[in-house]
Amino acid sequence: MIHVLTGFVDELREVGVPVSMVEAIDAMRAVEAVEIGDRTALRETLRATLIKNLRHEPAFDTAFDVYFSPLPPVIADDKPGQQRETDVESEHEPVSDFDLDDLISALMDALQALDLEGLRSGARQAVDKLAGMEPGRPVGGTYYLYRTLRRLDMARLEEQLLDAFVGDQDLSNFEMRLMREDVAARLEELRTEIQEEIRRRLVADRGRDAVARTLRKPMIEDIDLMHATSHELAQMEAAIGPLTRKLAARLARRRKKRTGRLDFRKTVRRSLATGGVPVDPQFRHPRPHRPEVWLVCDISGSMATFSRFTLQFTHAMSSQFSKLRSFAFVDTVDEVTDFFGPGVDFGSALHRVTTEAEVVWMDGHSDYGNSFETFLVRYGSQISPRTTIIITGDARNNYRPPRDAALADIAKEARAMIWLNPEPISYWDTGDSAMSHYAQHCDSIHEVRTLAQLESFVEELTLPGAAIRL
Amino acid sequence: MNLESPGAVAEALRSVDYLPNERIAQVVFLASHLGKPILVEGPAGVGKTELAKALARFTGRHLVRLQCYEGLDEAKALYEWNYKKQLLRIQADAEHEWSEIEQDIFSEEFLLERPLLEAIRSKEPVILLIDEVDRVEVETEALLLEILSDFQVSIPELGTIEATSVPMVLLTSNNTRELSEALKRRCLFLHIDYPDPAREKEILEAKVPGLSSHLAEQIAKVARSIRNLDLKKSPSVSETIDWARTLLALSVEEVDEGILGETLHVLLKYQVDIEKAAKELANSSA
Repeated sequence: MIHVLTGFVDELREVGVPVSMVEAIDAMRAVEAVEIGDRTALRETLRATLIKNLRHEPAFDTAFDVYFSPLPPVIADDKPGQQRETDVESEHEPVSDFDLDDLISALMDALQALDLEGLRSGARQAVDKLAGMEPGRPVGGTYYLYRTLRRLDMARLEEQLLDAFVGDQDLSNFEMRLMREDVAARLEELRTEIQEEIRRRLVADRGRDAVARTLRKPMIEDIDLMHATSHELAQMEAAIGPLTRKLAARLARRRKKRTGRLDFRKTVRRSLATGGVPVDPQFRHPRPHRPEVWLVCDISGSMATFSRFTLQFTHAMSSQFSKLRSFAFVDTVDEVTDFFGPGVDFGSALHRVTTEAEVVWMDGHSDYGNSFETFLVRYGSQISPRTTIIITGDARNNYRPPRDAALADIAKEARAMIWLNPEPISYWDTGDSAMSHYAQHCDSIHEVRTLAQLESFVEELTLPGAAIRL
Repeated sequence: MNLESPGAVAEALRSVDYLPNERIAQVVFLASHLGKPILVEGPAGVGKTELAKALARFTGRHLVRLQCYEGLDEAKALYEWNYKKQLLRIQADAEHEWSEIEQDIFSEEFLLERPLLEAIRSKEPVILLIDEVDRVEVETEALLLEILSDFQVSIPELGTIEATSVPMVLLTSNNTRELSEALKRRCLFLHIDYPDPAREKEILEAKVPGLSSHLAEQIAKVARSIRNLDLKKSPSVSETIDWARTLLALSVEEVDEGILGETLHVLLKYQVDIEKAAKELANSSA
C-alpha cells in the first residue's frame, strides 16, 4: 500500500499539485482507518488529506483512477489462464454472438432505473466489444472512449431515453428542458463508467506509471492564455474573482504611514501599561484609499483569446472598483467602461465591446502608436496622480513606427503604469513587437502568459505612492 | 461520541436533520479519527455552517463560534487582559510591594477568554467553528496556526496554555481569497458543492414538512437547471428551501412556467439573473 501511495503522491507532484511531506504522512495515517475494499472511502480520504484546492481536483481524480483502479474484471471464462490472450484476439473483429441491440436495450433499462451495477456491467461489455483496444499502444484512451461512444450512438440513446420518459405526455418547453437535463445527467453517468473502464484496462495493460504519464494534462493555472479553449477560459473564470479582490486590496495599500488621527481611547488604554504615561500614542486607521484604475486592452485579432480573458478580468474588476475605467483599442481607442457596469452579464458586455466600441479607424490592424496618441488627446487631461494604468497587449505594431512619446506623456501624468504582455519574454522585440520602446516608459512590465503568472503578478505588486505633479 | 465509522457519522447527522453525502461523512469521520480540523469550502448557502451546528446538536457539545471579519485581532479572537480589574487590583492593594502585585495581576483571574481560548480551556470538549476564515488578513491567519496543530495558546505573561479537552474544529471559507499554505496543511479539506437533485430532494423533504415528494423532486430539478446557467449568483440550498416553503404556502402542486415566473425572485436576488433565468427556462434545450 505504501508503495502505491508514494507512487500516487509522486504522480500528483509531477502534474503540479503541491503535496507537502506532512500531507503525505497524514494521508498514510488516514488510509489506515479506511476499510479495505471501500474505494469511495479511499478516494475521499486521500482527497481530504492531499488536495487543498478545488482547482486540483480534476488532476486528482484522473490520477486516482489510474493508481487505484479496481482489479481487472473477472469475466466468467472457462480458461482463466488464457483469458487475456483470447480477449485480445476477439477485440479485433466483432464477435458473432454479440448483439449491439441487446446491449443497448440493457443499457436503456439501467439508465431508466439509474441502476449503477447495470450501467457498470453494460459499460464493461461496451468497452469489451466496441472500443477495439489494442494492447501496448501508448495512448490515454480518449480515442477508445470516442470510438465506444460513437458505436453506441449516444445521440440516439439520448433520443430513445427521452422518448421513454416523455411517453405520450404533452410537455411544455420548460418541462421538456428539465427532462432533457435529467437525461443528460444519466448519460454522463454512463460516459464516466465507460471512461473508468477504459482507464482500468489501460492500467492492466501497461501499468500505472505509464498510463499516468500519458494522461498528464497541464493544470488550469498553467494553460497558455493565448491558446486556451473556451472551456478552459470558463474554468479560469472561477479563479478570477478572488484574484481581482486581491488586486483591489494591493492597489489600495499605501506605504505604511501614520496619517490617521490620534486615537485617544486606545492611547489611554495603552498608557496603563506604563503607569498612565502615554508613551506609545495610538492612531486611527487612515481612511481606506480608493484606487483609480484604468485598464487599456488590446482587442485586435492576434489577441483574440487573451483579450477575452482580459475583458473577463475587467468585468470581474468592475465589481471591485468604483473608479474603474476600461478602454479597448485596435488601431484607435474607445472607452468601454459603461458596457461593464455592475449587474451586467459578461456575454452581453463582450458582445457590445465587439460591436459597438469604435476601435477601428484605418484597417483594423493593431496600431499602438495611434491608439496611444488618441488616448492622450481624448482622456489625457482626466488622468490624475492617483490613476494606475494597466495596459494589456503583445506590443505587435505591424511594423508601424512605435510613436512612444504619447505613452511617455501618459505615464508622466499617472501614478503608475503597468504593462502585461501575454507573450513569453523571449518573443519580445522579435518581428513586429515594439515592446522595448514602450517598456521604457512603464513602471513595471510583466509576462502574463498563464493564470499562475497573473496570480504572482498580483501577489508581488507594489506601487509607488501617488505621483507628485510639479 | 459514536463516530467510529463513516456510516455511523452519516447516520448520526441524519438523525439531526443534516443529510450528508458520502464525502462529508467520510471527512467528518476522518477528522474525529485523526483529531484534525476540517476546512470546509464551497459556495454560499450549501450548509457549511450548518454542518458544525448539526455536529453540535448530535454530540450535545457546546458550539463555540468565532465569526471572522477584516480587522479581527488577537484581543478579539484569543484573549485580552482585563485591564479594569487589574487597575482595581493595583489600587486596592497599594501597600504591597510592586513585585508581588505584578505577579498577581497577570494571572488567570484577570484573563478575558475569547472564543479560541474558551474552546480549548473548556472542561467538556466543544465544537469550535471558525466562520468565514477567508475574511481575515493573511497576518491574522497566523494566530490560528498554533491552535490548529497543537491545540495550545501561548500567552507571553502566563506561558503556554494547553487544551484541557481537544475540540473538534471546523473552519469555513467562501474562497474569496487563497488561504495560506500553512493553514491548509493543518486541515482536512472538504469541498461542499450544491447537492445533486436526489440529495436536494431529500433535504427539502426533511426541512419542509408537508411537501409532496413529487413537488420536491421538481424543485430540485429546477434548481439544478438554474444553477447550470451562468448567473451572478446561483440559488443556494437555503433559497430553494425558501422557495419550497413559498410554493407550499401558495398550495402549488405542480411547478409550471407561470408559477416559476411569479416566484423566481425567491430563488434569485439580482434583476439581471431573474430576467436571464426566465428567458432561458422558457427555452426547451439546455
